[in-house]
Amino acid sequence: MRMTISKVNFFYGAKQTLFDVSLGIATNKVTALIGPSGCGKSTLLRTLNRMHETVRGARLEGEILLDGQNILAQDVTAHRRRVGMVFQRPNPFPKSIFDNIAYGLKINGTKTPLAEAVEKSLRHAALWDEVKDHLHKSAYELSGGQQQRLCIARALAVEPEVLLLDEPCSALDPISTAKIEELLVQLKDLCTIAIVTHNMQQAARTSDFTAFLLTGQLIEFSPTPQLFTTPGDPRTEAYITGRFG
Amino acid sequence: MNARLRWRKFVSGFMLTMTGVCALISVSVLFFILGYLVYHGGTSISWNFFTKLPSPVGETGGGMANAIVGSGKLLLLATLFGVPIGFFGAIYLAEFSGSTTAFIVRYAADLLNGVPSIVIGIFAYALAVLPFKHFSTLAGGFALGLMMIPITLRSTEEFLRGVPNSLREAAMALGASKSKTIATVIVPAAYRGILTAILLAFARVAGETAPLLFTAFGNRFWSNGWNQPTASLPAMIYNYAISPYDDWHRQAWAAGLVLLGLILIINIVARAILSRGIAVPRA
Repeated sequence: MRMTISKVNFFYGAKQTLFDVSLGIATNKVTALIGPSGCGKSTLLRTLNRMHETVRGARLEGEILLDGQNILAQDVTAHRRRVGMVFQRPNPFPKSIFDNIAYGLKINGTKTPLAEAVEKSLRHAALWDEVKDHLHKSAYELSGGQQQRLCIARALAVEPEVLLLDEPCSALDPISTAKIEELLVQLKDLCTIAIVTHNMQQAARTSDFTAFLLTGQLIEFSPTPQLFTTPGDPRTEAYITGRFG
Repeated sequence: MNARLRWRKFVSGFMLTMTGVCALISVSVLFFILGYLVYHGGTSISWNFFTKLPSPVGETGGGMANAIVGSGKLLLLATLFGVPIGFFGAIYLAEFSGSTTAFIVRYAADLLNGVPSIVIGIFAYALAVLPFKHFSTLAGGFALGLMMIPITLRSTEEFLRGVPNSLREAAMALGASKSKTIATVIVPAAYRGILTAILLAFARVAGETAPLLFTAFGNRFWSNGWNQPTASLPAMIYNYAISPYDDWHRQAWAAGLVLLGLILIINIVARAILSRGIAVPRA
């Protein structure tokens, strides 16, 4: 287990959005979090790199471990370098393609040569061949799908142990989506992946484990083939067969 | 039905004409002023105007070199004093403060912005002239700087708030601390707007006369250093325009033209700077 979440309760002000959630994120596997809108899957994902702390009035109870260490006891910036994140909409910086990738390395004062690191990350994100001739153009000149792969490359550049993806394909067309799904499967060797999606086919195609959440509770957590073929809970079955959500 | 249609067409045509006329008036005021300044002041602008001191009363010719340099010094001081305070205050407001603090500071800044410039002048007089018992460039720069604070603060804050939150998240998720996020992502993303805001504040105070009357006062000679009264273009325009001499009137027009020209040049340079770099596209 790379990450262990135990008995996590989460509150936005007085409103509780996660109830006693416990699960493990297996090393070098893809773990998918599924569930209807508002079930708390994004919230759960954001707690893993402590992005919830940027929201005023957010409060977390329980314990989250990364490699056996409590993440809440770590320095938050150091922790976020180890657990990278890709967001729902592509959010490149208003900088060149190169500077976007190099950003994480620069702020961390890396000693590795930037050009090499940038090429490596772009290759990992399967974007190198498309952008290698215009690294110094604005990142906004890329298509939406390319921008999202750029954001993945940007996250990979600091060599995180865990990569979190929050509905990374929800703003993308089917072809771009397919490319990113393909990429996820390849990236497993590089790092541990947790992905939030409300596309069940996506979860089935890309993940090794799937967690199903409903109204802030973890209903079922099992290997993906098992969850989608022989769900243990009638609510899981209702959701994956499209009866609600 | 036909009468109704004709009436509607008439109203439509009438309103369209009215909006067009109003647009035309807004634009023509600027060109009218420009034309008037060029017409009256154009002939008095010569090399001497930029290089010579004002000539004694009764003698024609001379220039406003001391006022041009004086205005430059005053604006430099004002910018050094007002812009950092406005800028860092805006960073606090946009990135750190709670909504109550932000509301109070914003409200106070708006009020300060609305304080008549003559009152700012009296305030600066009490604070920066009386204790030293003499007028000075420093006091003038202080008065103008005070006026730049709220303009810089409010517009910088708006532009910082305009930076999408997704960029803050992206930087923080890469392990950037809050201060690093602000310095390397937020401010660079908003710098065009911020620069425009600073230039607007600059242009606004460049033409202020009232705060300078009690602070920088005026000077018909060169002002050495920062501790003496100094001439400035707006105060010079004021003094020359109310004088009884035709030659001074012409020079006042010329000074107006130079002032407007300077502001125009600054605007054009700013636009040129702004057109470079990468802008955040609108969502």
